[in-house]
Amino acid sequence: MRAGFRDSEHLVRLALLFGVGVLLFLGARAILVPADFGELGHFRTGALDDNRRRPVVHAGRAACAECHDTAAALAGGAHAKVGCEACHGALAAHAADPDAAAPPELEAKGLCVRCHGFNPARPASHPQVDPEAHAEGASCTDCHEAHSPAA
Amino acid sequence: MSVDRRQFLADATKFLLLTGAAGQAWAFVAEGRPQDAPDYDIARHWWAMFIDIEKCIGCGRCVEACKIENDVPDEPFYFRTWVERYYIPARDVTSPRAEDHPKVDSPDGGRHGFPDIYPKEDGSKSFFVPKLCNQCAHSPCVQVCPVGATFESPDGVVLVDKDYCIGCRYCVQACPYGCRFIDPRTNTVDKCSLCYHRITKGLTTACCEVCPTGARQLGDLRNPADPIHELLRTHKVQVLKPNMATGSKVYYNGLDASVR
Repeated sequence: MRAGFRDSEHLVRLALLFGVGVLLFLGARAILVPADFGELGHFRTGALDDNRRRPVVHAGRAACAECHDTAAALAGGAHAKVGCEACHGALAAHAADPDAAAPPELEAKGLCVRCHGFNPARPASHPQVDPEAHAEGASCTDCHEAHSPAA
Repeated sequence: MSVDRRQFLADATKFLLLTGAAGQAWAFVAEGRPQDAPDYDIARHWWAMFIDIEKCIGCGRCVEACKIENDVPDEPFYFRTWVERYYIPARDVTSPRAEDHPKVDSPDGGRHGFPDIYPKEDGSKSFFVPKLCNQCAHSPCVQVCPVGATFESPDGVVLVDKDYCIGCRYCVQACPYGCRFIDPRTNTVDKCSLCYHRITKGLTTACCEVCPTGARQLGDLRNPADPIHELLRTHKVQVLKPNMATGSKVYYNGLDASVR
């Protein structure tokens, strides 16, 4: 061995140690990073499925129309484009099994006032009333048809 | 027992290579592939929302529906969507330089409506602004996530990988719209997922489903037949904080300059 490389053995040892370090890193990375990470971007592809797995709670108006004649009920009125669950609440459980989960009874007055009580921040074109002065204790449904009120 | 260095290095190398390969193989087997799902082609959608401020009546149905649909904690400071009321008082003519500072309130996110608390004076202006994650195409929140737990999905929705989130809260600070919160039950971040579990099944989002005036409308920008194209063409739309170049995909019609 030439004199200049007299101490080369510890360089070899250093290189080996470095190599072991790299292997350790690659091994740990292979174990810890999921295989589907980075396929479509800097994320786990399986996370898309995880997000899809949440149960649906609002069935949607199309599901209501499968059993109920919603089109006839809403026809011609100002509520024709209002989704059923806007007033009746989340009903996917009822849509899945109509007998097991009955939709709750509705309390008309609070429900109507939520949208039709006067508030200056509401668009002026939206029909609004002062519930006390307008109804004087009567229920909204005494005069108005909830499903198809006059526009 | 004695192991010489040569033996140790050989064994360690074998161990690393074999366990790594097995881990890769197992993960490949264990994970499902959503883009292979037959009913939803992730490459054919690019989701957005159109919000018409001139139609919003501040009833709070969207907030309520979102809480139920997405199992958002009940407390009045966890929201995936909420409604703000802006009130800009009449200009004070005696001090013409006075700024018209808007007052903004959102009692319980607007979930139970808005009490009529402001004077009905002439010259004042008030309106409702529904807020939600803007589903940015260049999201600040995604850029700061150190572990890849939040990401822009190929169909244009900013999603959270709850299994991967370490709860570091960088994204909560990074979101310029304040749309993120830490779920106290899991200590991971949560935000509007644009009802990803619904829109990938052909349903609209819970908030759009219950909005009685159609002030919110989900749109698919990659579907040429989607009505959102016509809405965007025929309305004067704006996004929130356009100066931040976040690539927001929540388009507002009738957005007032005072809205932040």
